This record gives sequence, C-alpha cells and structure tokens, in this order.
Amino acid sequence: MPILKFIARRLGLGVLTIFAVSVLIFLVTQAFPSDPAQAILGRETTPEALDALRQELGLYRPAVTQFGAWFFDILQGDIGKSFVTQLPLSDYIAPRVGNSLFLMLVSAVFSIPISIAVGAFSALRRDQTFDKVSSTTSLVLAAVPEFVMGTGLILLLSTSVFQILPAITLIDAGQKPWSDISGMVLPVLTLILAVTPYVSRTMRASMIEMLESDYVEMARLKGMSERTVLLRHALPNALGPVFQVIALNLAYLAGGTVIVERLFNFPGIGSALADSVRARDLPAIQFLTLMIAGVYVLMNLLADVATVIATPRLRTSLK
Amino acid sequence: MSDGLRIVDLRLDVEATGCDIVDQVSISIAKGRVLALVGESGSGKTTVGLAVLGHTRRGVSINCGKVFCGETEILNLDEGDKRKVRGRLVSYVPQDPSSSLNPALRIGLQLREVLEAHNFGGSDEARKARIKEMMAEVLLPSDDEYLERYPHQLSGGQQQRVGLAMAFACRPSVIVLDEPTTGLDVSTQEHVLKTIRQLTRDHGVAALYITHDLAVIADLADDVAVMYAGRVVEQGEVAEIFKNPAHPYTRHLVAAAPDIAGKKAIIGLAGRAQSPGKRPVGCAFAPRCELAEDACRVEFPAMVSVSVRHDAACIKAKQSSSGVGASTKSESTRKIGEPVIEVSAVSAGYSGNLVVHDVSLTIRKGECLALVGESGSGKTTVSRAIGGLHREWTGSIRLNGREMKTMARQRAVADRLAIQYVFQNPYGSLNPRRTVGDSIVRPLLIDGKSKHDARRSVLEVLDKVSLPSSYTNKYPDQLSGGERQRIAIARALVSEPEVLVCDEVTSALDVLVQAAIVDLLSDLRRQLGLAMLFVTHNLPLVRSIADEVAVMSEGRIVEVGPSESVIGNPQQQYTQSLILATPSIERSMR
Repeated sequence: MPILKFIARRLGLGVLTIFAVSVLIFLVTQAFPSDPAQAILGRETTPEALDALRQELGLYRPAVTQFGAWFFDILQGDIGKSFVTQLPLSDYIAPRVGNSLFLMLVSAVFSIPISIAVGAFSALRRDQTFDKVSSTTSLVLAAVPEFVMGTGLILLLSTSVFQILPAITLIDAGQKPWSDISGMVLPVLTLILAVTPYVSRTMRASMIEMLESDYVEMARLKGMSERTVLLRHALPNALGPVFQVIALNLAYLAGGTVIVERLFNFPGIGSALADSVRARDLPAIQFLTLMIAGVYVLMNLLADVATVIATPRLRTSLK
Repeated sequence: MSDGLRIVDLRLDVEATGCDIVDQVSISIAKGRVLALVGESGSGKTTVGLAVLGHTRRGVSINCGKVFCGETEILNLDEGDKRKVRGRLVSYVPQDPSSSLNPALRIGLQLREVLEAHNFGGSDEARKARIKEMMAEVLLPSDDEYLERYPHQLSGGQQQRVGLAMAFACRPSVIVLDEPTTGLDVSTQEHVLKTIRQLTRDHGVAALYITHDLAVIADLADDVAVMYAGRVVEQGEVAEIFKNPAHPYTRHLVAAAPDIAGKKAIIGLAGRAQSPGKRPVGCAFAPRCELAEDACRVEFPAMVSVSVRHDAACIKAKQSSSGVGASTKSESTRKIGEPVIEVSAVSAGYSGNLVVHDVSLTIRKGECLALVGESGSGKTTVSRAIGGLHREWTGSIRLNGREMKTMARQRAVADRLAIQYVFQNPYGSLNPRRTVGDSIVRPLLIDGKSKHDARRSVLEVLDKVSLPSSYTNKYPDQLSGGERQRIAIARALVSEPEVLVCDEVTSALDVLVQAAIVDLLSDLRRQLGLAMLFVTHNLPLVRSIADEVAVMSEGRIVEVGPSESVIGNPQQQYTQSLILATPSIERSMR
C-alpha cells in the first residue's frame, strides 16, 4: 500500500522533527548558562544548598550526558519528577491532558462544521449581505485577542449584563471536565470564536476558487442540479486547502490555549504549563513543551495524509 | 432544411456598466451542419457560445435576443428548465479539457452523472450500455478499469474525447464546441476533429464551433460567421468566405493565416479591437481599416448580401478587394553567413531522465532555423540549453567557435548578451511592477552603460519594434498581448545580440498579431543579420519565417533541411504524418 509507505515516511520525518525540538527545548531550558538550581532556590540561598541541588539534578555532568539521560527517560515513558512537589509528573500531567483534549474536542466539534458551513455559504452568497456580515465579523473576531474576547464574554454572560454562566470552571484536575458543563461553556465559546474566523475565511476563499473553476461551470452546463454541483463538484475540492488550516487550529486548541485556560481557571495543559513556568518546575516545562510540539507535528501529519487521500492526483502518484 | 440552432438578435451586456459585449448576433445552423464562429480573443465568441446554453459568466447579463434549439427558446426558460435542457437538448464542449473535468472524480462517474441528471435511458443498465457505446464512438476503451480512472491519468487528447462523449451522451440536437482542440498536438487534433465531424453528421446535430484557427475551419466547418468586437461582420459558406472574403477584417484574417500547403507570406495588421465600452461609434473595425471613410464612423453598417448565403456588414462589401492581402513585399535574398551557433551531440534531461538525445544543429548569421515538434518532443529543452537556462545537458554548444558553459551565469557577459531569449508567454515574462522602459534598460545597466546612453538605446529598440517612445513609461498591464511581445523582443534586442531564441513567441497571440510579429522578426533578421532559432509547434508558420527547419520527435531530430523542401516534400514518415495531420485552407478548398 503506497499510502502506508507515505504515512510511514512522514512519521519518520515527524520523529526527526520532535527530536530536533527536544534538543532545542533542552538547550533553552537547561544547557544555556542559566542555573536551574539557582532558579529553583531563588536568590536567598546558601552556596551549599545550591551545590547539593546541582549535584542531585546532575547539573555537573556534561550537557550531552544530561540531554541523553533526559531523552532516554522520556523514551522509556519516565517523564520524571516535579522539582516542586517531588511527585511523579505523570500524575500531575495525565488528568490535565485529558481535560485539554476534551476542551479541544468539544471546541473542534462545534467550530469546524460551523466555519466550513459559514465559509461555504459566504462563497455562495459572495458580496451579498450574509457574506459581507460574516466577513466583517470574522475579521473583527480575528483581530481581537482571545483574552479580550474571553473577558468580554465573562462581562456579557456571567457578571455585568447577564448572570447565567459561571465565570470560571470549578473543577479540580482529577475531576472529569463534563462534571461541570456550565463551566465549560465560556471557555469553549471563546475558543470557537478564536478559531472559526481563520477556518471560515480559508474555506470561503477556497470555495470561491472552486465555484469559478472550469469544471464547476462545466457541471452546470451539463445540467447538474445546484445541489450536485455544490456537494459533489465544488465542496470536496474546496476542502483540501482547508485541512491544513484546520490542523494548525486543532494543534493550537490542544496546546496553545494557555491564556484561555488561565482566564477561566481551566485545569488543562495550558494552565499547567503556565503554573510550571511560574514555579520554575523544569521537568514539567520540558515535557509539556515537547508534548505540545508533538501535537503540532501529529496534526500536520494528519492534514497532509488527509490532503493526499482527498486528492486523486497526489494519491495515485504515491510510490 | 430545418434549423437546429437559431440565434436571433442576441445582445449581452457587462452587468455593471450596461455596455454591450456582443450585439445584434443572429446565426442559424441547420441540423447536421457545423458553423464556425471565428474571431480574435475578446471578440465575444465564448460569450455567445455560453448564451446558447442560457449561461452567462459572472458580471455578464443577457439584454435581449432569442436562442432557439429546435422549437425550444432557451433564454426565457427558468433556471430549473434551463437545467433540464443543458446537456440534454444542447451541450457544451469546453476549451481546456484538463481543467473542465473534475480532478477528484473518476471519469466514469462524470459521464454517468449527465445521463442520471436527465434520466436518460431509464435504468442503470441502459445508462451503463450507453456509456460503453459513447466511449466506443469517441474511440476510447470502455472497460471498467478505464472508466475508473481519474482525469489526470488520461492524455490531453483522451480527456477531450471524454468531453465529447459527455457532450454527445444524451443525444443533444445542438452542441457548442469552444476551441476544443486548442492546446492539442496536430495529430491528436486531427483525431478529435474527425470524431466531431463524424458525430455531428451521424446524429444530425447542429454544431457551433468556436475557434480562431482558420485552417481548422476549412477542414471541418460548413459555414462560417466572423465576429469582430462583439458583432458578426460576415457570414457564409466556408468556401465562399475563403475564396471571396467581403469584409476587410475577414480579408485580413485570411491574409494573416499561415498555410502549410499554400501561400508563404502572411500579412499582419497593426492595432487591436477595443474592449466593451470603448468601442467606436459605427463600424468597430474602421480605425484599422484602410478602406474606411466617414460613412463607416456614423453607424454600424447593415448586413448586405454579397452572394447567395453570403452576407457582410460593410458598406464596401461588394467592391472588389483592393490592397488587402496583396502585399508585394519582395523577398530580398538574404545574406547567409558563417555559422554563429553550432550545437553538436547535445543530450539533455531532467533529474537523470534524458529527454533530448544527440541533437546537432547549426544556425548561420542571418538565418532562421525553425525547430518544430509536438509537445514533449524536447524542442524547448534544446533552446533552453542554448540560452543557458537548462542545467542538465552534455555535448557542445559553440558561439562563434567559442565553447559555451552550461549555465548562462557561468558564461562571459559578452556571450550572455550575444544570445537572447524571447519567451512564449508575454503575460508572464515581463515584470508587472516595472515600466516597459525599466524592463528594457536592465540588461544595459548590468553591462555598465551610462544612464544617458542606455536611455537612447531603449528609444532605438522601441523604434525597431515599431512602438512609440511614449511606451517607456507604460506598465505591461496597459498593453495588449502583441505589444507585450514586442516589448519582450525589444528587451532582447537592446543588448545587440547575435542570436535570438524565440520559444513559441506567437502561440499566445491572435492570428493578425502573430502575422505582425512574424513580419517584425523577419525584418529584424534582415536588417541586423541576426541568427534566429524559432521554436514552434505551428508547422504552417515555419514556411512563413524560416529558411531551415529541424523536425524533432521524442528528443531526436528526425529531419532537417531547407523549409520549402522539408514542408513541401518531406522524406521521413514522421514529418509526412505531421504535415498530413495539419489542417490547411488550400488543401480543403481544392
């Protein structure tokens, strides 16, 4: 199967990418001439304590050895212990990963179909009222930073105007996120509003290109019903370029939602990363960053595979 | 004789401005006959063709007129009823099959959906049988494996046959073919034309064949309608139009068309047709017409009958043709000198795959060598190697006896300037952000000339390509295709080259413009003693421009010799078949 070979090749490249990212992460956090021990203990400490901690962290070893040990442990599934709590990191991170995944899935399930529909419909009603309104709205939404949007939603729906939704998510990391549905509404809504403009504008542009294409005109001249023209001829071809944008946005939803998670106090990997940075919890920062990079690589891989499968010319040229 | 298609007084406007794109178009085509709608790009032929199916492109609206396909008037139908007749009563074959077939759908499905949309045949089995029948009629395999293919797995000719099968699938009574063979090689074109002729005659279909290629018309059509600036200016039977053209524009068209079996000199015409909204009052051709008088500029001339079934919209239609097409430009004997370019044993390829094998050529001072062949024959690769634009080649290319390095940037400045290249597409080869003057002056500045001298040289070459000096400040998008190609030639001339490599330089141009460019190139060659390599797939053109011709096939030169003898009396079987496949006005009129 050529497609499997293609996936294997891309997976191999993905692994290489992640390795490169891990080197970068390690360089930035541990090997550069900053002192993690100093960072952990703060300024008011004794040289003896620093020395002991450096010894314990293995900071006196050569950088390559340190990196090798860290990377090897991760490969074996041992992501280490938190500097701060001294507890295994996996216990801290695992539930948060679940929470973030849930947040991402719910946002994606709403935002992707909505944005594809809005984009496609705008293209069909090009330069008419719906298109003008949706284009302007999505430009405005894309221009507003998400913490402003989130704060605006809080003001609107939970504090100043209407008091119908809780302003923050009241769940612990251990709890299942669906145990507080009302607390999920605002973060999900914010993420939907953050992602939809990009996907819908790409969809609109792509759909317009397809509607102007020769084969869509040809389908009309063959007497196809408008429904067939759109669903069979225009839409499938318009989706190709949109996959890439969807993948980038899914990756963003999975890992880049630091601000939104902080804003709503949502216990996901975004807020975990923010907490770790504040506590200078080096192993946690390293692993979370690596994981987010992994999600990006994986999403791009999925987008490429989806594009290839959806494009016969690419699919049949695989060797 | 019952009419298959009747267009009555059709007018279409630009929606935004209300200016007419086409006006007063009346055409009728009897069943089983092919009418060719001829005109240059922008004359409105495609707009008319699409209106026959009740379709307009974005920004175009139907102002008035009627289109009858048999008894059915198309333009008054509502959208639902238009859908029912499209593909069933009247069908369309598009210009570019590679972009008109949906790349994501198998061809079997694309054929089947027409039948399904019109519920043709009544059952899936009947439709399946009909698809097989159609595929056989267009001479394509009809097995399931073939129907499972995607469009990109077919050659251009096969794609166009699928387009034809689709158009004829529901047995329409009218068919519109919009330049269906543009972009196909001559031998493929011959097969497609044969299929079209066969199908229209066998099934009694009235065919509207849109084209700018006069030789194809002579070969295929029964009647001709000539369009200029949105109006039909002349109509009649094919032989009448070619033997006795009445409208000055038609006379120019016939005079400008190169012919493989006929005349050698082709005559161009300066100027261009104005776009909608800028057209002059009266006859739109008057500004370019040497017979024009004041009366022509008052109102659009009425159609007058020239002879039986032959009408022209010109107040001088009945006067005998004077001047036009009777140019007596004498072929001064050319001074052919020493070899300037010697190509020997050149092989070239792309990432290890050889596409050119052991090619040897010589071009002398003042000589034009035509390199002809079908697409993929390797002719452009050879010319790129000469120009130093191709990386992978071996063998030897000498300029005045000096060995040339592989790439242009490795060559000495003087050698680089001595070989100049003019590209196929004048729309892509000029930087849109630079004025014409800036584009032309660039090679001189690289050469280190002073600004003052450079500016003088720019004006000189503009004069050589017959453009006024005011053009230096224009941008490419303000120019027509022919003017752009003149600029590209001027840019090549400014560094006073010895060799001009012209790669399909006229293939994007209309026939009148093509003739003018060919004329210009011949003059330049005579005046400046240029050695010229003229790469083309257009065999008829070879007779009009080249002294020598080399025929390429599958990366090898199969025949080389003086153009008169190679075209007139080809020795190799490949050349013979190529020449026989090329449509010719003279041959068809005999």
